[in-house]
Amino acid sequence: MQHEKLHIILAEDDKDDQLFFKSAFKDLKLDYSLSICNDGIELMDYLNANSETPHIIFLDLSMPGKNGLECLKEIRANVKYRDSAIAIYTSLASSENHEESFIRGANIFIKKPRELSELKKILLEVIYINWQYVSDGLNKENFMINY
Amino acid sequence: MDIFIKYNYERTYQVLIREQLERHEIDFDLTNSGCITLDNKICREKYDSLVKSLKHYGIDIVDNQKVIIVQKIKDVVRKMLHADNGMPLVKISTYLSEQLNENYRSLSSLFSEVCHISIESFIIFHKIELVKQLLLTDKLTLTEISHRLQYSSVAHLSNQFKNITGFSPSVFQKITMTKRAQLN
Repeated sequence: MQHEKLHIILAEDDKDDQLFFKSAFKDLKLDYSLSICNDGIELMDYLNANSETPHIIFLDLSMPGKNGLECLKEIRANVKYRDSAIAIYTSLASSENHEESFIRGANIFIKKPRELSELKKILLEVIYINWQYVSDGLNKENFMINY
Repeated sequence: MDIFIKYNYERTYQVLIREQLERHEIDFDLTNSGCITLDNKICREKYDSLVKSLKHYGIDIVDNQKVIIVQKIKDVVRKMLHADNGMPLVKISTYLSEQLNENYRSLSSLFSEVCHISIESFIIFHKIELVKQLLLTDKLTLTEISHRLQYSSVAHLSNQFKNITGFSPSVFQKITMTKRAQLN
């Protein structure tokens, strides 16, 4: 299929987790660009400064300054990002923040895996599923996947 | 305020294509979904203008043979899933190869090559999307849905739903309802 270049943003304050995520993406052999923001405030500044809308935004939940749920709320309040998928990427998976994330408009909830192979598998699935919603005109309201 | 809609994919497509072709004064025949037979040759200018107008609605004219076959497979699957009188009783592989007049193995490898997923995963994924719609918009019960989409049991349907989405159907329904209530 004629995939256009994939634009991904990761908001994550932990440097090790950033590296882990970066190396998983590198191995996927896709045509992509990955921007990394070090916290929620940086993410919102980045989004406001760029006219291009990302395909998927990966959000860590616990970040200093502005946490993942706050960012999620702001992003979902802006129609500009209506077509961007939002994936929560966290090690803090409680049933509360989990449901709250989906109610506030997250599409994917990923509990950070330990293994790189596991993360790669999840990312690839997320990308193809997102592509299904875009290319086959599926109802985005129903785009909710829990890993 | 938010209102929720459901729509007939096939009908939307038909009306839209008719409107656009008529607007461009092109004589055509709409035989089946995804294929338009033009009565006469059209000039480049008209063709380009049509391409542009259709693109606005997210419709692309495909000129790659592989992509055309993939599109045909997707259309057959979509029609099969959305048939009012339920899904066909024959095996899906038999059904697809009969409908497209091609052996299943070549359809299947071509589909995986272009889409990076198997036909089977594609069908399951779209089936689950339909389950969500039937559950939320049409308010059918799981038992009704499992009959309509020919699952062997409600448990089979629930397991497949959980496998694909990570939620049980009831939790999925609960979260969506809460989400809708908060939007309003």
